Amino acid sequence: MSAIDTSTETDRSPLRELIAALGRSRTFLAGAAILLFWILCALFGRYFVPYDPLADDIINSLLPPSAEHWFGTDQLGRDVFSRVIVGSRDILTVAPLATVLATVLGTTLGLITGYFRGLVDDIISRIIEAFMAIPVVIVALLAIVALGPSTLTVITVIGLAFSPIIARTVRSAVLAERELDYVAAAKLRRENALYIMFGEILPNVLPPILVEATVRLGYAIFAVATLSFMGFGIQPPSPDWGLSVSTNYGMIGGGFWWTVLFDSLAIATLVVGVNLIADGVAGALDD
Amino acid sequence: MQLGNPAIVAFILRRIALSLVTLVLLSLMVFFGGQVLPGNVGRAILGPFADEASVQALNQSLGLDRPYIVQYWDWISNFVQGDMGMSYAFRSPVAPFVLDALANSCKLALVAFLIVVPLGILGGIVAALNVNRPIDRIISLGGLSVTVLPEFVTGIVLILIFSIWLDWLPVTATWPEGAGLGTQLYHLILPALPLFLVLFGYIARMARAGMVEALDSDYTRTAVLKGLSWPTVIRRHVLRNALLPTITVIATQTGYLIGGLVVVETLFRYQGIGSLIYTAARGKDFPMLEAGILTIGVVFALATLAADLAYTLLNPRIRLGAET
Repeated sequence: MSAIDTSTETDRSPLRELIAALGRSRTFLAGAAILLFWILCALFGRYFVPYDPLADDIINSLLPPSAEHWFGTDQLGRDVFSRVIVGSRDILTVAPLATVLATVLGTTLGLITGYFRGLVDDIISRIIEAFMAIPVVIVALLAIVALGPSTLTVITVIGLAFSPIIARTVRSAVLAERELDYVAAAKLRRENALYIMFGEILPNVLPPILVEATVRLGYAIFAVATLSFMGFGIQPPSPDWGLSVSTNYGMIGGGFWWTVLFDSLAIATLVVGVNLIADGVAGALDD
Repeated sequence: MQLGNPAIVAFILRRIALSLVTLVLLSLMVFFGGQVLPGNVGRAILGPFADEASVQALNQSLGLDRPYIVQYWDWISNFVQGDMGMSYAFRSPVAPFVLDALANSCKLALVAFLIVVPLGILGGIVAALNVNRPIDRIISLGGLSVTVLPEFVTGIVLILIFSIWLDWLPVTATWPEGAGLGTQLYHLILPALPLFLVLFGYIARMARAGMVEALDSDYTRTAVLKGLSWPTVIRRHVLRNALLPTITVIATQTGYLIGGLVVVETLFRYQGIGSLIYTAARGKDFPMLEAGILTIGVVFALATLAADLAYTLLNPRIRLGAET
């Protein structure tokens, strides 16, 4: 708030300020460019890839990269380049949905525990702490094995597993807000608790929720890719990257590097891109 | 002595109680996931074409026709006494498999920690002494970028570089029967590297933050002003204050390490607890899966408990001041 001219004071909304700050953040813009690229590939990739990503062509299996097949072909003769381009689709559906679920659940829990305090807070907070001490991948593995792997299961399990972390962030933000005058005023007006929590406090704790949600999106992509690699995430015949690595890495000793390298690099760029966005958002809100 | 302080005793007791709650919660989840959700275990083992009578007989012989609460109590009290149940796949007790695998995983984790802890701290120190210079940027940004990558991605790239193209290290982590320590280490370096990459960024960042804060503090300025040599200031004043938070971070990273082990052991075909869980999960060998997960939970709870207690005893004012 240092050397900004005061003429814009009247129409400066927090949201507009945030967008302006994000536009200046090179970290955010770089991350957003990467994410946008993969979103476009997910939406329109299948219209411009040179080959059908699902079509077998056994005669041309395991060809190294060439002019016809830029990234080579896999063991069923499918074009790796086409599969990598289209492969962002499922992970970019599953991971964001899991993040949304975690954010909604976590925010609700955080508002309730932070606003009511007392016994409710104590019990839920202890359960959350205990829950957070359990490694996420392990929990997810168990639940998915028990329920059978499906997209819906993966979304639910990751959403549930991430919600305590978001709940903790929201709770600590709410603890600071609930002492402020506008909450006291709302209580004096005899607004009901539900309205105070969601109508009054929630808009004021949105910034930390936004930061936490973008960070969680990075972890969700990490988790979905890992589960797919282990065969418990996205299921065949999807050209998903983690799944492709999992079906091809057995032949890595034979020197067929192109069947796993490009998918791995694709995951790497997406994860780094989302983390750059998270860094950028956190930085912009700090200013 | 600090142990005489009632506040600290109360904190330690609370912390132990919390670990117990965690373990009970985990055991309930494991039981629920392993024995309630899968539904008819007898049907799952015998397949869709077995007749109803033999399915029921198998369920009865496995004790699965009893009420859940009885099954849970039976299972957990046996587990506490070291009886982890019978594997569906091997038709023999689970415990020896789990303990063998745990020992193997500890070897791998130890190698990873032995590489990452000194290098991570060193990286953080070097970065902090060169704040905002290129070397700091490389360590901080590079460390953070590899930290966020899934282990199987870094693992694949490392295998391609070091085993396939350079041919320096073996592709699998399994060494020949009766191999010496040197050979075992040789096989463990490559699997330890993805774990190293995940942990390096966190440890270096914590060490850097602690160092930067300590370098900026009044006691460091005083030490410099009273004429101590710069290396002495670093050793006696900065490092001591900077490394305490780093030690806790290292201990809390066991959780990430355990998650990473499942992936890394699968990728490198290493017979650890992670690949045991993976194999059991694929084969729906629920007693094995439950035992593996609960064992990991116990190890993890003990590690974080030990880290928290050590930190509290070393530095009680921070821990007890942060009561929420």
